[in-house]
Parts: sequence; structure tokens; C-alpha cells
Amino acid sequence: MAGIQMKNIVKKYGDGFPAVNDVSIDIADGEFVILVGPSGCGKSTLLRMIVGLEDITSGDMVIGEKRVNDLAPRDRNLAMVFQNYALYPHLTVYENIAFPLRLAGASDADVDAKVREASATLELDEHLDRKPGNLSGGQRQRVAMGRAIVRDADAFLFDEPLSNLDAKLRGQMRTEIARLQKKLGITTVYVTHDQTEAMTLGDRVAVLKRGVLQQLASPRELYENPGNLFVAGFIGSPPMNFLPAEVDGTKVQLPFGTVEIPADRAEKVAGRGLLIAGIRPGAFEDASLVDEAKAPTGSTFRAKVEVVEWLGNETYAYLPFEAPPEVQKQLEQLEKDLDGDQLRTQLVISLDGASRVREGDEAEIWVDTSQMHLFDPATGENLTVDRTRAGRIPELDGPATRTTA
Amino acid sequence: MGNGSALRKAGIAVGALLILVWCLLPVAWIISLSFKSQESITNGSPGFFPADGGFAGWDNYVAAWENDQFRRAIFNSIGISLIATLLSVIVATLAAYAIARLEFKGKKLVLTTALAIAMFPVVSLVGPLFDLWRAIGLYDTWPGLIIPYMSFTLPLAIWTLSAFFREIPWEMEQAAQVDGATSWQAFRKVIVPLAAPGVFTAAILTFFFAWNDFVFGISLTSTEAARPIPASLSFFVGADPFNRPASLLAAGAVIATIPIIVIVLVFQRKIVAGLTSGAVKG
Repeated sequence: MAGIQMKNIVKKYGDGFPAVNDVSIDIADGEFVILVGPSGCGKSTLLRMIVGLEDITSGDMVIGEKRVNDLAPRDRNLAMVFQNYALYPHLTVYENIAFPLRLAGASDADVDAKVREASATLELDEHLDRKPGNLSGGQRQRVAMGRAIVRDADAFLFDEPLSNLDAKLRGQMRTEIARLQKKLGITTVYVTHDQTEAMTLGDRVAVLKRGVLQQLASPRELYENPGNLFVAGFIGSPPMNFLPAEVDGTKVQLPFGTVEIPADRAEKVAGRGLLIAGIRPGAFEDASLVDEAKAPTGSTFRAKVEVVEWLGNETYAYLPFEAPPEVQKQLEQLEKDLDGDQLRTQLVISLDGASRVREGDEAEIWVDTSQMHLFDPATGENLTVDRTRAGRIPELDGPATRTTA
Repeated sequence: MGNGSALRKAGIAVGALLILVWCLLPVAWIISLSFKSQESITNGSPGFFPADGGFAGWDNYVAAWENDQFRRAIFNSIGISLIATLLSVIVATLAAYAIARLEFKGKKLVLTTALAIAMFPVVSLVGPLFDLWRAIGLYDTWPGLIIPYMSFTLPLAIWTLSAFFREIPWEMEQAAQVDGATSWQAFRKVIVPLAAPGVFTAAILTFFFAWNDFVFGISLTSTEAARPIPASLSFFVGADPFNRPASLLAAGAVIATIPIIVIVLVFQRKIVAGLTSGAVKG
């Protein structure tokens, strides 16, 4: 077992396009780190550089105490689970799991003991004599994991391992991976674009955008203190709402009315003019359902509800609004970065399932402004971020000249 | 349902039967010929089954087999065809793997040249080869036939195999490498077994070409040192050159077909479609 240090890793392809640009991540021994981002953000490339399937253009990759930049994959002692499993179809499940051991020249008795142990852990005992072609998706996934755990690798690497499974199985396998990692205590790097996996599995999450590390922090820190618009928009489902906002003292003018924000936050954004306010859907509530005790921490406003989706335990309500052009442009760019295509600017709010708000109603909505963030519309930087609880944000640490894109 | 599907089944059966008859009639006729006695053929015996007293039993087969020249030719054919097939498949496998996996300059050139060779008329090469082989001492030897067989079957084998290799996902090699394999081990333990249907297809095609070849066999040999069976059958004249022993020839032809049938049956078991299923989620 070993930690993994990435120091200023750069990957440039033949045309000079940097797929991964100056990424530094320090992974402690036994830590579970998630690489997450929209497609094309370089997360898989980064993982393949760790395992040695891609060359590193510049920077240092250190596993344990050893710089591995120039080592072949087989000399790095890492185990990897591929997105499409990459099982050997001509071998039985037993031989698939035994494959790394056989290559290492282990004795038959040794191979047998280790394969049996791995198959018991993954509940594959009854399938050992079958070929991968006859297995279900979940079983193939477990065989791929068996092939990884059977050897004493320094670290596990997962490349979107659950993306081919259906929703229910994905949930089960997610828990399974978490359990296995805790049990084995082995350093793990896990690539995904699914934010549920990112939030639930990782000790820390690295958010990437177009090859650049945006923020490296625990899931809670990412959720509560996103470093910039991109991270704020990427983490959380439904995503954070972004609204044009004019700050005047502790008063913030939003399209739906004016709300009060805490003084410490107001101070950080004083005199900045037009900003983008970021509020999570969960920070809203039907004003009639808010506790008396909680009510003073936020403000209320009235707005027309266009669509209501009642899900039982909660209700999503959609409130359209108009944004000024400078904010609109930034939001459109953000949507593009996030692989989305939102057609209209609208507020998504999550209300209690008991709410009686109907479509077309003019509802009274309460918003918890202590959870509101304010972003610079030009750079996307989060002006109200609590740096002590936001993990690492390279953009703010590095030279001021570094650009986001 | 009922009527329609029954009708369709009957149609398929009739169609299959027609094709079978069309294809197998010449074979059946040769077999029938090989069981007739020489005299009955000379006297005229047009029926499928031998006329009364014209049945020769296994005599023709025994006679053909007891001919030294014939046995020697069978041995030559098997040896030359197997060696040519083996070499051709090995070279083609390595070449096709490189073509499927590597980006290198002149890849297109290699592929088009290969195709051009495959289309080249064989006969036009016989003259120059005859001269060349005599000059360098390859005339009437096994290598003298193995080399042209290889060069004419390689292109097809390379094309077939590179198509197979391209179908194998890259992740297979990468997984093997991460699991601790060298490139060679990944190739030998993962890729070649997965490409086995392709390898055997190429092997069958090569073997057919080598076994059936007549032009090279007759032009580049002069004695039984290397003469293969198709060429040898044409020397099967018997005592009277104006009265060819048709039944003996037929028996020889049948014997010459047996190795091909055996080879096809053996290889065919290896050509199992969909062997790669289950490698990756598809």
C-alpha cells in the first residue's frame, strides 16, 4: 500500500491540446479519492496516467516513494477496474481472477487460496467455473473487482465502474465498493461523472473542468463551500440556482424581491455591483411550513409558481425569471461547461412534501440566506467562500494571472 | 402461423436439398466412379451404380495406395501445405496485429501492396519463378513450393486477421498489462486466444490454396521429391497412355480429398462465432 502524489501533471496530445493541465493531487495512504467532472474534463486521462496507460507530458507521478513516470504499467503494482470490465472471455471466472497471480508466477496452491478468498469476499464461489459471457452485468463487475483485489496492489483504480449497470444494481455495487475499500484499507482512486457516487464514496473529491483541477475537498466542503460557479453548479442535484443579484449593504436584490444576508457575507461583497447569487433548492421552503424558530435566519418573497412536481416526501417547484444579459451570458457558458442545455432561466426549489402550493399559484416562499453564495459574474469566483472549510482551490492558491479556462 | 411457417420450412428444406445436390453431385460421381472396375468403364458404364460385374470394391483404392509415387505425393502435399499454412499464419498474425494496433508510416502502402499481390495472376509468375528457382537450387524442393504458397496466401490471411484484431477491444491488452503482463504475454495469452477464430479461418484458407494448387505444383517440380498430389494425379497414366485409368484416378482423387475434410472438421470446431462475447459490456 502506498500514497500517490501527482505534482503538476500535464498531458498534451499531438495537437498540443492539454487534456490535463497542471494538476497536483496528494493522495494519502488508504484514502479514497474521487475524480469527477463532465465528459472531456480529463479525469479518465489522469487515471490512465496513474496506471501507466498514458504517457505523462510533464510533471511527476510518485507512488509510495518512487517516481513512476517511466515505469510500464506492469511495474507499478496497481490494480484497475475498467469501465467495460475487460474480462478475458476465453478464461473461466476462476482463471480471470487468477490471471495476475499466474503472471506473477505464483504456485498453484497459492493461486487457489487467494482466488478462493477473493471469490468468497465477492460471493462468486458458485460462478468460478463459468465463462464471463454467461454472467450478468453485476457478476462481471464483481469478477473485475476480484481480479483487482486478488493481488496485493499498492492502490485500486476504478474507471467509471458502475456506469454500465442499471440503477438498482449501481446502488448495491456502490455500497459494496465502499465496504470493500474500508475492509481492505487500500488507497483508491475512482473516476466517475455520477455525483451520487462522488458524494457518497469519497473521502475527498477532486472536481475537474477541461483538464484543470477546480477544487479538491471533502464532499461536504464541496457542497457547502464551492470554490466557483462551476463546482457549485456541478455538485448537487437538482443543481444550485443561479440568480442575478445586486448587493446593497446587507440587502440583496433578487429577481423575486429583496432578501437579507448575514453581515459577514455582505462585507465580503461590498461594492461589487451586479453579482450571481447561488442558492441550493433545499434552502427554500414554503413560508407557511417554516418553523417559527428558523424563520428569522432567512427572508420571504412572493412569486408565481409555473410547474410543481410532487414526489411524496418533497415537492419541486419551478419559478421562471429574467436575467440581465451579462449574467445570462455567464450562465449559458456554465451550462455548456456542465454538459447541459438549460433553455430558460428558472428557479428550482425543493419544498416540503406537505406543501399545498399549486401550479399557477402566487406562493409565499422562504429562503435561508445564510446558505447563499455570491459569485463574481466575470470570473465565476465564489466571493463568499469560507476558505477554512473549502479544501483546496488551486485557482485561488496559485498566481492571480491564471485563467479558469 | 401454422400453415405459413410449415410452408416456409418445406421451402427451406427443398432449397437446401437442391443446393446440396448441385454441390455434391460431382463428388458423388467421383466416388461412384472409384468403385467401378477399369474394364466396365472402358466398355461404357454410364449408370451411377456399377453395372453387373463392374463393381470393383476397394481394388482401385488399394491399387492407388500401393503406388509409390502416389503415396510420396500425398506425403509431399501434406508436408508442404502444413508448413506453408503454419508459417503463413504465424507471419500473418504478427503482421496483422501490428497493422491493427500500431500507427506507422506506410501502413496503407503495406495493405494495398498485400491486396495487389493477392490479385496478381499466379500464372504470370510461373515462368520467372521457374528460372529463378533453377538458378538458386530451389527447383523441385519443398521450400520451392512453400515460398510461393506463403506469398500468395499471406495477403488474404493478413486482411482477415487484422479485421479480427480490430474487433478486440483495446482494454483487453491494457487490462493484461495492468495485471502484470509484458506486451508479448498480453499478445500470447489474451489476444491470440481471442483471435483464434480468425487464425483458424486464415489457416483453412491457406491450407486450401496450398493443397489445391496445380500450376506451381506441376511447373516447379520434376520428380516425386516435391511433387504434390494434384500434379501427381496428372501423371497417373497407367500402362496405356491412350487409355487413362479413370477409376484409379477417381480413387486417388477421393483419397486426396480426405485430408482436406479432416482438416476442415478439426479447424471448424475452433471457429466458434462470438467467442469474444462477454469480454466487455456490449
